[in-house]
Amino acid sequence: MISKFRAIYLRELKYYFHSITAYVTICIFMIICGYFFFSIFRYYNFISLEIIQSSDLSANINLIDGVMRPMFSNISIIILLILPMITMRLISEEKKQGTFELLLTFPVSDTAIIAGKFFASLTILAIMLSLTLIFPIMLMIFSDPEMLPVLSGYLGLLLMGASFLSIGTFFSSLTSNQLVAGVSTFGVSLFFLVIGWAAPLTGSTISTILAESSILVHFESFSKGIIDLKDISYYLLLSLFFLFLTLKSLESSRWRA
Amino acid sequence: MIKVENLTKYYGYNKAVSNLSFEVEKGEILGFLGPNGAGKTTTMKMLTCFMPPSSGRASIFGFDIQKDSMEVRRRIGYLPEKTPLYHDLKVKEYLELVARLKGVANTSIRSSIERSVESCGLEQVAGKIIGTLSKGYQQRVGIAQAVINDPELLILDEPTLGLDPRQIIDIRHLINNLGRERTVILSSHILPEVSQVCHRVIIINKGILVAVDSPENLRERLKKSSIIRVKVRASGDPGRISEIISSLEGVLMTKIQHADEETVSLIVESVPVKEMRDTIASVLVKNNIGLLEIYGEELSLEDIFIKLVTKEPA
Ligand SMILES: Nc1ncnc2c1ncn2[C@@H]1O[C@H](COP(=O)(O)OP(=O)(O)OP(=O)(O)O)[C@@H](O)[C@H]1O
Ligand SMILES: [Mg+2]
Repeated sequence: MISKFRAIYLRELKYYFHSITAYVTICIFMIICGYFFFSIFRYYNFISLEIIQSSDLSANINLIDGVMRPMFSNISIIILLILPMITMRLISEEKKQGTFELLLTFPVSDTAIIAGKFFASLTILAIMLSLTLIFPIMLMIFSDPEMLPVLSGYLGLLLMGASFLSIGTFFSSLTSNQLVAGVSTFGVSLFFLVIGWAAPLTGSTISTILAESSILVHFESFSKGIIDLKDISYYLLLSLFFLFLTLKSLESSRWRA
Repeated sequence: MIKVENLTKYYGYNKAVSNLSFEVEKGEILGFLGPNGAGKTTTMKMLTCFMPPSSGRASIFGFDIQKDSMEVRRRIGYLPEKTPLYHDLKVKEYLELVARLKGVANTSIRSSIERSVESCGLEQVAGKIIGTLSKGYQQRVGIAQAVINDPELLILDEPTLGLDPRQIIDIRHLINNLGRERTVILSSHILPEVSQVCHRVIIINKGILVAVDSPENLRERLKKSSIIRVKVRASGDPGRISEIISSLEGVLMTKIQHADEETVSLIVESVPVKEMRDTIASVLVKNNIGLLEIYGEELSLEDIFIKLVTKEPA
C-alpha cells in the first residue's frame, strides 16, 4: 500500500519536473510574489517615515501587520489562481490518454492513487511556499519581526492551499477535459473564499454558518499568530471532504466507464 | 482456469454484452472474434476488473472478479485497446513504475524488468523515451508492461491493431512465445491471425456468443458443402466429363469453368461429410481421362466469420 502510494507520488512529481510545468508555475508565482513584496514594503517604509515625522506616538505599526499580513492575503489570492493549473491535469490527462483505465486494473487501491496524486500536488505547493520564505528572511536581516505569526501564517497558507488542491483533485476526476477541471476548481475555490462576505447581510444563524464555512475567515487567526484547533480542523475537513468525493467519483466512473 | 457465467453489461439501456458464458483452460490461447461493437473490449474490461458486470459472474483462477478483485488483478496482465502509455517516461522507467504498482517485490524489480525487456525484444530501446518510439515498439512496451509481474493470464485487446504487416508478424511471434507458459485471451479483427495463434476461438456478435470451437472444428462445422476443383486433359466433349462426375453419389452439382483444346477445368460441389476426391480421381482414370489437378477448397476463417455473424436464411 505504502510502496504503491510512493510509486504514484514519485511518478507525479517526476512528471511536473520532467515537463517545464513545475518550473514555469513556480517561476511565475515567485515573480508575482516578489512584485507584491517590494510594493508592500515600499508602502510600509513610506508610512513609517510619515509616522516618525509626525511623531504621533500612538500610531503603532510593525512588520507583521504592515508587511507580512498583506503579503499573506496576496499569496492566498495568487495560489487560488495558480493551484487549479497544477491539479487540473492530475486525473483528467490520464483519463484522456486512457492510461487511467490501465491504472485502475493494477492491484492498487483507489485511495493510494488519489493520495499519491494529491500529495504530489501538495509537495509542489510546499516548494512554492518555502521559496517565499525568502521575504520574511529578508525582513529578519534588516529588523527583527515576531516569528510566531510568520510561521502560523505559513501553516495557514499550506492548509488553505491543501483545500484548493483537494477541490482541484476532485474536479480533475470528474472530466477528461483539463480546462473544464481547472475552471470549475477555480470557481468553487473562489466560492469558498468569498462566501464569508455575504455574512453581514444575513440573519444571525445563517451569518455564522456563512462565516464559518469561509476559507478566508479561518485564515484570519493564522495570520495573527493564533493557531486554533477549530481552524485547523476546518481546513482538514474541507480537504478530506473533497478527497472523499474524489474516491466516490472514481468508484462511479468504474460503473459508468 | 477461467470461468465466465452469464456475464452481462448494460451501458444505460444499451446491452453491450449479453449472458456470455465460457471457460478457458490453463495454458490455452483463446481468440475473441467479433465485428465492431460486438462487446469484445467490454468483456475484457470486466475480466480485468476495470468495471463490474451488470449481472452474471466470472472467476479467474478461482478468484471472483468482484469479490476478490485485488487477487485477480495481481494475477493478470492487460493490454488495453489503445495501448495507453506514459509518453514522457523512458521504457525502463515506465516498466519500473508498473512493476512497483503491480507489487513486484523490490528485490526482483531489476530482474523482472530485464526479463520483460528481453522477452519483448526491447533491448535496443530500453533507454529511450516512449513517446519517440514507433507504433510497433510502443505496442511491445504495452505487452512488456502486461507481462512484468509474470502473470498467469494475459488479456490482450487487439494487440496487432494499427501495425504494419512486418510488425504484425513480430507481435504474433511474441504472443506465441508468451503463450507457451501462460493462458492468453486476445481479441482481434484479423481472422487468419486468430487461426494461426489461437487454440480456440469465441465468436461474438452484438454481445451474444455465436460459436466457441477450435479453428479447425469451426471450419468443419461450417462447411455446408465442399468445393472440389478438377482439371483434366481435354478428350472430346467436355460435357461428357461433367456427366461422368455428376453421376457419382454425393455430388451435388458440376460446372465447367473453363474449356479449351488442351484442358478442361471443373468445379464440383459435393456433400460435406464425404471425401470425394479419390472417388472422382478413380472414375476419371477408369474412363481414360487424364487427371491434371484435383484439390478441395477450404473455407477460410473469414468466410466462417461472415457466415456466422450475418444471419443468412439457413
Ligand atoms: N463507455 C461506453 N459508454 C456507452 N456505450 C459504450 C461504451 N463503450 C462501449 N459502448 C458500446 O458497447 C458496445 C460494445 O462495445 P465494445 O467496445 O465492447 O465493442 P468491441 O467488440 O470491442 O468493438 P471494436 O472491435 O470496435 O473494438 C458498442 O455498441 C458500444 O457502442
Ligand atoms: Mg474493442
